[in-house]
Amino acid sequence: MSSDNILVRATNVNASYATNTGQDVPAVDAVSLEIAEGQILGLAGESGCGKSTLGNALAMIANPPLYVLSGELQIADRTIDLSTLDKGAEARHRAFRGDYVSLLPQGAMNSISPTLRIRDLVVDVVRGQDRSRSRDEALDLARDRLKQLGMPVRVLDQYAHQLSGGMRQRMVTVISTLLNPRLLIADEPTSALDVSSQKALIEMLLQMVEQKVMGAAIFITHDLPVLSMVTDQIAIMYAGRIIETGPTAELVHRARHPYTSALVSAVLDPTEETRHKRVAGIPGSPPNLASPPSGCRFHPRCAFATEICTREVPPLVVEGEHSSACWWAKDHPNEPVPLPDPVSLEGLAS
Amino acid sequence: MSTTTTSGAVTPGSPILQAKNVTKTFGGAGGKMTAVDDVSVDFHAGKVLAVVGESGSGKSTLARMLLRLLPVTSGQILYQGRDVTNIRGSELRRYWTDVQAVFQDPFASFNQFFTVGQMLRRSIRLAGRSQGESDDALIERCLGYVGLKPDEAMAKFPHQMSGGQRQRVMVARALMMSPKVLLADEATSMLDASLRVNVLNVLQDLRSELDLTVLFITHDIGQACYLADEVVVMEHGVIVEQGATDEVIFNPQNDYTKRLLSDVPDLKGSLKSR
Repeated sequence: MSSDNILVRATNVNASYATNTGQDVPAVDAVSLEIAEGQILGLAGESGCGKSTLGNALAMIANPPLYVLSGELQIADRTIDLSTLDKGAEARHRAFRGDYVSLLPQGAMNSISPTLRIRDLVVDVVRGQDRSRSRDEALDLARDRLKQLGMPVRVLDQYAHQLSGGMRQRMVTVISTLLNPRLLIADEPTSALDVSSQKALIEMLLQMVEQKVMGAAIFITHDLPVLSMVTDQIAIMYAGRIIETGPTAELVHRARHPYTSALVSAVLDPTEETRHKRVAGIPGSPPNLASPPSGCRFHPRCAFATEICTREVPPLVVEGEHSSACWWAKDHPNEPVPLPDPVSLEGLAS
Repeated sequence: MSTTTTSGAVTPGSPILQAKNVTKTFGGAGGKMTAVDDVSVDFHAGKVLAVVGESGSGKSTLARMLLRLLPVTSGQILYQGRDVTNIRGSELRRYWTDVQAVFQDPFASFNQFFTVGQMLRRSIRLAGRSQGESDDALIERCLGYVGLKPDEAMAKFPHQMSGGQRQRVMVARALMMSPKVLLADEATSMLDASLRVNVLNVLQDLRSELDLTVLFITHDIGQACYLADEVVVMEHGVIVEQGATDEVIFNPQNDYTKRLLSDVPDLKGSLKSR
């Protein structure tokens, strides 16, 4: 990624959940990432790895018990302090939501009011952001955008229950980007959809980036096949940290981190290969973030772990656009992680 | 599990569970909606059959009718050759022992105040089941089938387990009834891909070890391709294609099946097209 057209750069984001035992659970740990203009970054990882928390922190909607301890977000010409610890945070962040960053939260399609038409939601969202716009202006904006994307304008006059799940999800996506945010953060937008609706939404997102509806996007999901269709770059998160980033094809074909490699090999594509092999999942379960493992957080589940992995945090091995935080990668420069051998189920710990 | 493999009047290869011209219509007069339309499927003993379709294709409605949780509008459900469409009382309870289900949401199917051990013991009591084996021995054996360590797992509360582990506990719970048919309705959809494979492998092993018949309902063709011996494709309540997995997935004849397959995001394939 050339550094001159970077649109979004997040630096050292730390976010914790406060618990009633008094111990904070760090869900996002010193994460930095950057996205170039016109690109889509995929953020992947298992449930509980902190990917949605990172999305919320970047979208500046962190509410207690989630606290953003530190972090800086540069978008275009502005730099925003993401921290929510001080009193002025809400007022400071409010100015950036909508125009600079827009979040499409998980399950957004189910949050359309059943008693209002879609057009009422459009007016609410646009006027909530910008009081000076009239109702007609907001609706004109929505009509133009729908035409631009080749979607039926009559949807605006309908109620949520009259739309299919796929259409509802596409509508909330369109509405959340009406104000042309510089960055759209979409959290699991395709997860509740069937494959055909997924495809339609992905095509629409690609079209939106191409038509510069938004400057760049972060696409959060655990679904690697979907990510491979939509993203330019992928960042893999594990236990609150980004452990590998790289161009999508690189990451899928030449994973440099054993966790990425395990995720990729657990994908069941409907191919002859899948049909006739036994795929091994990742043994064990994701760590408890309140007391993460020492050293490399993946070491208890890693087939390549050595003694040093249990003791020391792995270094970031950077090779061009591809970087991986792994001791194995450091010892094996430019070498993709060999695919794990099929493991029998008896070997799996509970 | 000798009790599951020997009993029953089913010869290998013959269907253990059959749906015959099953139809389900919701609503009356004005807003009539046919969710499942004249569907006939045979489920063969010791095989995994996957029912694949988009949301709204009627696959879950079919499952609920097979489970006798939803009455059929017309048609017949045969279990081991016997009509079970309208059985009631103790007969129905016996049917529910033989045909067990695991549902989609591993987070909603647990009582958060009970440990796994307590929950499983209550299930045994609820089923009023008394066999030679003690309750705890049965629980341990069934947790073993799904690759969980009994002593660790039984002491755990639901929130201390991952989704994959919970779903494996649900499979173990179903297995305690020594079922002959296990119906998994989107049982792996809510799990991460990395954990999903572990649950699918458990189902595959149970099929070969316990000769269990598995009905696997999914919208994910990749999972069906990995697990199933036979595939049934449903669209708008109608079966549009059925047959051996290799035939249906690698050589689809029906247009809908072809479109469904082409829409599947294929990790390595979709990269090529970029």
